[in-house]
Amino acid sequence: MSKDIRIKKGLNINLVGEAEKTTSKAVLSNVYAIKLEDFHGITPKMLVKQGAEVKAGEALFYNKNVEDMLFVSPVSGELIEIERGARRRILTLKILADKEQQTLEHSKLDVEAANSQEIKKYLLNGGCWPFIKQRPYDVVADPDTNPKSIFISGYVTAPLAADLDYVLQGKEAELQAAISTLGKLTVGKVHVSVGKSSNSPLAGLNGIELHKFSGPHPAGLVGTQINKIDPINKGELVWTVTPQDLVIIGEYLLTGKFNAERTIALVGSSVKAPKYYKTKIGTEVSTFLYGSGVHSENIRVINGDVLTGSKSSPDGYLGYYNNTVTAIPEGDDYEFFGWNKPIFNKISNTRALTFSWMMPKKKFDLTTNTNGEHRAFVLTGQYEQVFPLDIYPMQLLKACMVKDLDEMEQLGLYEVAPEDFSLTEFICVSKQPHQQIIREGLDLLQQEIG
Amino acid sequence: MHELKMKYQGKKMAPAFNAFHTFLFAPNETTHAGGTHVKSADDLKRTMNTVIMALVPVLLFSMFNAGYQHFSAINGFPENFSLTEHFLTWDNFWIGIIKVLPLLAVSYGVGLLVEFIFAVIKGHEVEEGYLVTGILVPLIVPIDTPLWMLAVAVVFGVVIGKEVFGGTGMNILNPALTIRAFLFFAYPTWMSGDKVWVHEARERADQIAEGATGVDAISGETILGYLAQNNEAAMSAKYSVADMFYGFIPGSVGETPTLLILLGGLFLIFTKIASWRIMVSAVIGSLVMGLIFNQVVALEWVTESSGFYGLMSFDYWKHLIVGGLAFGIVYMATDPVTGAQTNRGKWIYGFLIGFISVMIRVFNPAYPEGVFLAILLMNVFAPTIDHYVIRGNVKRRLKRLSNATILPKDSDSKAQELQAETV
Repeated sequence: MSKDIRIKKGLNINLVGEAEKTTSKAVLSNVYAIKLEDFHGITPKMLVKQGAEVKAGEALFYNKNVEDMLFVSPVSGELIEIERGARRRILTLKILADKEQQTLEHSKLDVEAANSQEIKKYLLNGGCWPFIKQRPYDVVADPDTNPKSIFISGYVTAPLAADLDYVLQGKEAELQAAISTLGKLTVGKVHVSVGKSSNSPLAGLNGIELHKFSGPHPAGLVGTQINKIDPINKGELVWTVTPQDLVIIGEYLLTGKFNAERTIALVGSSVKAPKYYKTKIGTEVSTFLYGSGVHSENIRVINGDVLTGSKSSPDGYLGYYNNTVTAIPEGDDYEFFGWNKPIFNKISNTRALTFSWMMPKKKFDLTTNTNGEHRAFVLTGQYEQVFPLDIYPMQLLKACMVKDLDEMEQLGLYEVAPEDFSLTEFICVSKQPHQQIIREGLDLLQQEIG
Repeated sequence: MHELKMKYQGKKMAPAFNAFHTFLFAPNETTHAGGTHVKSADDLKRTMNTVIMALVPVLLFSMFNAGYQHFSAINGFPENFSLTEHFLTWDNFWIGIIKVLPLLAVSYGVGLLVEFIFAVIKGHEVEEGYLVTGILVPLIVPIDTPLWMLAVAVVFGVVIGKEVFGGTGMNILNPALTIRAFLFFAYPTWMSGDKVWVHEARERADQIAEGATGVDAISGETILGYLAQNNEAAMSAKYSVADMFYGFIPGSVGETPTLLILLGGLFLIFTKIASWRIMVSAVIGSLVMGLIFNQVVALEWVTESSGFYGLMSFDYWKHLIVGGLAFGIVYMATDPVTGAQTNRGKWIYGFLIGFISVMIRVFNPAYPEGVFLAILLMNVFAPTIDHYVIRGNVKRRLKRLSNATILPKDSDSKAQELQAETV
């Protein structure tokens, strides 16, 4: 039995460069990298030294605060470089892949018989734990805690993001294994949401509470779904996992091996032939980017979608959690009288001589230009048009900016993640960095209240 | 130009040069890592520009009306009025050029100068807020306002009304209305009475007082002025309802053309720049107050001998087409910075503006116009309204909290087990 939930507020950002539904195998990468920026709030402690040989699935480092939490190598090979930044903080770990891949094999866990402690230990050992994230704070979940429920969104509304219905085809066994196991870690339900008219393999799984969502972005964001299904209260915890990470967890549970393989979508208007690639976490972006070809040199490569992704480069690496890589033109150019002439080729939420409202189906070719300068908050009522959560977005942002902990709590900061503010950031006339403001607010709240 | 901007980068005068540059070009800034990588097409300049576009027809009309009122006061209103023959004439427009344009020039010149000075001192970019304020100011003052007076008021309004709070986006009071209020309280004789609304009226009155002969006195009482003196007969003899709606009546420079203001308002609603909630609720508020007063008259609680009779008996809906109510509702009450910020708050805020505007109109015998005072008052109360609206959201959240499922940590239960064992 499923419940239909329709989201009305929001904005679909239709962009040029949707991935064609064919999957190619990406060229094997020489070097794989784990970027620490992908794990917000984790302080790594190295387990292996530079130059050491590791197998795929073998731990590279652990979380200083939760020593059981292991982070594993996606491939077997030699740890050739530990890139450090200011104050010797580890930024990137680079692994030179072996020609012959060897995978560390764990003994299989009898999930039926295991209790939650054993399951947690098994996932932690196998390096699958970092795929489980928690709210509040949008960080890797603390294995010491118990969530009230687990949320999985199989509905994709983010611009150009990989179509989960497509990439999850044939992964039913892995998904079922992962969900059955995770279900034992919560007293509550495992909420799975899919698109209303989708044929997602997620919909047929057992042991889930299925929800069918429809409506514009951000209906596919898990934060929106949590808010509509069972909002988080102070003191409560929910976990979220993305479906493509469930596949890795599921395979680990079924075979005892950590398989970093995933299908990603290479998209964006700068890509000549946008399509899907089978590759591995941490692979060099160039292994598939140049396979599809790019239109120009001056492009922005993004790990993730254009709203929430992180900036990368053609010689960068695929992020730990990403299943989409976007390439769009850089917009580092001046535009004469750009602020008052009619605009037909950009998306806007207003109709102030901008005409995207007349062309709801048109696909736009947006650049990274900010289309304006940073200003104080001036307009009101705009964010609410694209923000379906029962939260006052601008007031919450301001509470974060002035670091007012009471206000942050009362206005609902526990319920949100930075990505929930990606759409308000997109339409912001004052060009404020909403996601960054929310991230800093969450960090402060976690630090002060924990 | 790009080179000039680079040359002055990091220097003290940089904001000034950047302002010129940004006027000509949309910037080449690209999105930062960690935020959204694409952004929508709108920025603050485009937003402000849209409001200005909605004001330009009103400004043009007011320039013609300046002349029309001036010549009509001298020669009498034309019979068989024709728009092209009597209104859209070069003579009328010329009065507009010599009277209205200087007000506009002083408003922008002085206001932007203050903005530039503050931008340079504080080292931030010149903000766009004054682009709208600058065109609003000349439209809400009497036509013969001396330019020095306007300049003083603009300096006061921009510095005290806006910059001391931190600039555009931080101010509590609408700067344009702060300027208007300053003029009203500092130079009341120039701002009220029946000699200020038509060009030369005051000048001629002064000449006559000095004993000049051969000069006819001209008067341009506003509709509200007539009504405040319980002189409805004289008013309706002179002006029809259509005159009031189209704006062929005396008043502050740009407040009269209700039709064009209505179109401007619809344009702002269509472009999603201004809040329709505030506009609609303000109209409702003024109608409600007007109806109450009409009802008071109908019940004969006030009689014709009362000083309030003229305005109280004025048909409730006509309040919207005389005076500055329509102008205030469309262009001033909808200021996003000083108005209520929550959608529900906007309904309350707008309603009270309309309601109080008509109330002040009726009960203020010295100056029968209450719009700017009502809006300023509600500017002050807007944060309070928002506060209570937001508390509603907070309360909902707190209510949910009673059903919260807060589960213990594993380590906690372990600790409990250990405790149990030792006991």
